[in-house]
Amino acid sequence: MTTQNLDSLYQEIILDHYKNPIHAGLREPFEAEVHHVNPICGDEVTLRVHLSEGERAPVVEDVSYDALGCSISQAAASVMSELVIGKTVPEALAIHQEFLTMMQSRGNAEPDEEVLEDGVAFAGVAKFPARIKCALLSWMAWKDATSQVLAQDKEQR
Amino acid sequence: MDGLLPELDVLRKDFPILSRTMADGFPLVYLDSANTSQKPQVVIDAMVDHLERHNANVARAMHQIGAEASAAFEEARDKVARFINAPARDEVIFTKNASEALNLVANTLAWARGPTGVREGDEVLITEMEHHSNIVPWQLLTERTGAKLRWFGLTDDGELDLSNIDDLLTERTKVVSLTWVSNMLGTVNPIAEIARRAHEVGALVVVDASQAVPQMPVDVAASGADFLAFTGHKVTGPTGIGVLWGRREVLEQLPPFLGGGEMIATVTMERSTYTDIPHKFEAGTPPIVEAVGLGVAVDYLFAIGMDNVKAHEQAITGYALEGLASIGGLTVLGPKTAGNRGGAVSFEIAGIHPHDVSQVLDARGIAVRAGHHCAKPAHQRFGVQSSTRASSYLYTTPAEIDALVDGLEYVKKYFRVSSS
Repeated sequence: MTTQNLDSLYQEIILDHYKNPIHAGLREPFEAEVHHVNPICGDEVTLRVHLSEGERAPVVEDVSYDALGCSISQAAASVMSELVIGKTVPEALAIHQEFLTMMQSRGNAEPDEEVLEDGVAFAGVAKFPARIKCALLSWMAWKDATSQVLAQDKEQR
Repeated sequence: MDGLLPELDVLRKDFPILSRTMADGFPLVYLDSANTSQKPQVVIDAMVDHLERHNANVARAMHQIGAEASAAFEEARDKVARFINAPARDEVIFTKNASEALNLVANTLAWARGPTGVREGDEVLITEMEHHSNIVPWQLLTERTGAKLRWFGLTDDGELDLSNIDDLLTERTKVVSLTWVSNMLGTVNPIAEIARRAHEVGALVVVDASQAVPQMPVDVAASGADFLAFTGHKVTGPTGIGVLWGRREVLEQLPPFLGGGEMIATVTMERSTYTDIPHKFEAGTPPIVEAVGLGVAVDYLFAIGMDNVKAHEQAITGYALEGLASIGGLTVLGPKTAGNRGGAVSFEIAGIHPHDVSQVLDARGIAVRAGHHCAKPAHQRFGVQSSTRASSYLYTTPAEIDALVDGLEYVKKYFRVSSS
């Protein structure tokens, strides 16, 4: 890996989110809490999701988390929560899909900054196969928790 | 520097990979030898020569090259036996790796009939500094048999806490399994003393020597162990081959591990009978060329002399500990002096995650390991989730340690962590 690649991995935005994570800490209320681990490196995240009934679709009211891990995984949790809070679940899932596509592109994708905002800073991470899981850990946890809440709602109906 | 191997630059030429240049023109600084060691040209050549000229299956082919392959495979066993001073060559069993060797012991102890077998009410004693490969097989064994798993704790200095040994080691203890040298903390454990105490209560002693055999003289006969496991790829040999040494009397009481070719005396449709050790435990076609490579590897180390390798490791480790102590915010996990310590040094840097440390070091050609090093309980003991580990070997130079120390200062600068 070259130093140039290193700087593309550790974008300023990522380091900023790492040092000053947004929406960090576990909060109430929440309908589902999950704990995800990256078994390769031991990174962990505990994540809670609070949804409300929206007019057309459920809305992500809050995502709170306690993340242990490297700068990439911590910054990803921060950026993810910032991106999905306030969106409807379908909107948030579309952002998740855009992020996933970028991460699986081996660095060749041209991510939509309108959609991903600070998330585009992770484009460089896609060039480091060993670090892609770091960037995806909290996204996977969010998706898992959200689908658990939706499943609960379905049962109650 | 006292203790370094003589003509280190000449010795390094034995290892072709060490002359590699990495991205941005940085020379490779390989400090991940506790993970896997590099291979000398003689090992590479021996394996190529075997495949080019002597390849055949062993112990069943009746042709000339079959005889050559069998002889080469068994000669490797002789070399390993000599290297670890095994009382008999038949006590050396080839496995896939150290994990398989430890699983072999744990499984066959569960299956053994008579007094050797582990049963409900028995206890197995391990330590908090074990690699997962010396934890999980015993968890599986105790779950399956109803036996109880107990643990030696660790002191704040990263040594085994033996203060409650009388409570832990009782007539219920059937097995004591522990590492000789910790892959995370570098601690060297007093195997002979613990083995003596274990034998007093009639327990078997299993030693994970994966980190010991590469870096110090290991004499299984003098060690006090009943079983000792290590892996080929950490002793300058290839991957895919490990070694289980066991005392003949105990090995003979254990049932087979895997069933298949080469381990039988005869097979009928009603039942099978088994051949003697070591082949009783070597079902199927073994890792032949890997054994040949391992034999040459241990001969290579034997020729250099394991006392000399140990002295080199201690000199380099002492130098590394000094260098790391000069870095503000850096904490070494485990013993702080090289006296009774292996060559793996794990550390934390305040404010920077180990993955980020290793990523930035890698950009300067410096290869270390980051994570839990398959020793999660030991990390938990010290209240850390993961650490960065630098591990040296017989080819490591003081200049490479300097590169590491400079690299770590660069890491701190890169992540803007002040030198407090």
